[in-house]
Formats: sequence, C-alpha cells, structure tokens
Amino acid sequence: MPAEPPGPHHDWLDEEAGPLVRAYTMTGGRARPAAGGFDLVAFVVAGPPERLAGRPQFQPEHRMIVEMAQEPISVAELSAHLDLALGVVRVLLGDLLAAGLVDIHEPPAATNYPDDNILKAVVNGLRAL
Amino acid sequence: MDSVRSDRTGGGRPLPIALKILIAGGFGVGKTTLVGAVSEIRPLQTEEILTDAGAATDDISGVEGKNTTTVAMDFGRITINDDLQVYLFGTPGQDRFWFLWDELSFGALGAVVLADTRRLADCFPSVDYFEQRGMPFVVGVNCFDGAQRYSTDSVRQALDLDPGVPVVLCDARERQSGKTVLVTLVEYVAQRRGRPVPTA
Repeated sequence: MPAEPPGPHHDWLDEEAGPLVRAYTMTGGRARPAAGGFDLVAFVVAGPPERLAGRPQFQPEHRMIVEMAQEPISVAELSAHLDLALGVVRVLLGDLLAAGLVDIHEPPAATNYPDDNILKAVVNGLRAL
Repeated sequence: MDSVRSDRTGGGRPLPIALKILIAGGFGVGKTTLVGAVSEIRPLQTEEILTDAGAATDDISGVEGKNTTTVAMDFGRITINDDLQVYLFGTPGQDRFWFLWDELSFGALGAVVLADTRRLADCFPSVDYFEQRGMPFVVGVNCFDGAQRYSTDSVRQALDLDPGVPVVLCDARERQSGKTVLVTLVEYVAQRRGRPVPTA
C-alpha cells in the first residue's frame, strides 16, 4: 500500500476512477465552444484587460488570453503559449467572444483563395529569407 | 456562425493573412526538423485531447473512466511581410488521427509529404490522403546521411504519383533546402490554378 498523499483525500479518486480530464475542468466540462470554428490560424484580438475587472465568471485562463491577445495572435499560438489543449482554448475563446471581449478573424474561405498575387508574394518572400 | 467573422480590426491595425502548409509523412521522417529549419520561431506545440466520448459530443463530463489520448502537433511560422504569414503544421505521426488531419488541412494551401527512401511505404497514407482530397502536395525525399540515394523518378514510380506532382530531394535539417521545397509547393499550387481540378 502506498502512503497516503498529504492533503484532502477523495474516496472517489482512486485508480479505478481512471484519469480525470483535468484540462477541461476549467471549462466546466464543456468540450465545444458556444459559437464559432476558431481555425488554427484565426487571429484573436482582445479589448483592454480592464474590461474583465469585476467579472468573476472568468477564469485566470480567460484573463491570460485577453492579455496575450492585445496584439493579434493566432489560435494555435495561444494554445501553445498557454500550454492548453486546442479544444480548451476554443471553449474559453467562445466565452470571451460571447461577452464581446475579443474579436476573432477567421481566414477567408473563398474557393480561389489565396489569389495569384498572394502566392507570388509568398514565393518571393520565401526566396528572400 | 457569422458572429465569429468580423471585419473590425482591433485599434485599426491591419491583420496579417495567415496561410497553412502541412508537413506530413511517416513517424520519424523529419517533419519537425523541417518545420524547425525554416521557421522563424522555435517550433511550438499545440495539442488536442481525444476521448472515447467521441468528437460528436458536446459535453465530456462523465468520461473520467474512459481513455484519453493527447495528440501533439508541432508548428512553426514564417513572416513573409507585415500582411502575410505562413504557418507550417506537422501532422500527427499516427495516421489514425484522421479527424485532426481534416482540421489541419481545412483551408490549407497545400502539403509537403516527407519521404524516407528506406521506409517509403510510411508515406503512402499521407499521399493517399491528399490525393483523395484534391489537396496539392509535393514529395520531399529527405536524404538522411548514409541513406541510399534514389532518383526522383524511381520515388515517383514507387509512390505511383500523378505526373504533375513535384518530387524534390531535400535535407530537412537545411534551411535553404527546406525553403526550396516550400517554394516548389507554392509554385505548384499557382500552376495548378490554371487547370481544372482533377476529379477523383
């Protein structure tokens, strides 16, 4: 028998219980955002962090997103820098979007996107690196 | 939902356009090495949590007793100019996570399939995936030290590629070499624009 770990003991937390999906505890168990697709390369831009003041429904992770998104930042980079799974970041972004605290700029979805001028710019840019 | 699309730019700043390029291929073929060689940032990692509850569920409470798996995706970034960025995403090594491939390839410009001639069959699933979806791809033959060199023609034949698909020899560790592969891909994408999309 291993020694009892210090701290509060939960009878329902044993090996039989399996791993808890801890990452989703901060979303209240929600695995899907309230709205939106939040593409990996969608850009997030947040309003001033002060607007979160006095709103206890937001977690520290919400605040971190708002702080990191003072400059436009992609969803993928938010996930990497916060060390949170993509699904979790999307739920948190959905909360912030619903509260009007962030803007999300999804990549264009046109069929012939990007156009030839953009492709040319990419080739020239890559060559010049 | 339309509400996620917004033309407002915070503080009036123009937002860059970000293009996605996928780096695919078998396990250990050098995908992250290639991303790191051309990226301006140290490759970052994002992950997705998979549960037995399935992708269609909205709520994961109650999955505590089920298996969860974390799938990591490495990515890097190249800033072309103030308005344009290229993101390079390494696909998860395990081919069974197809739904993540679907997410990665959504809206992607194209893909690089890295091949190791000692284990050519490892890249078959990637080639199949992009062929079936009509996504433009190039094959980069990663020439590992001491790996027997094959001609691009023999690789093309072994992979049964369509005649137009570019095959280039490369060294995933070399920035110049990686750049050449990416340029080949983007030029191929532009070139395909002039033609009707082939039907499967």
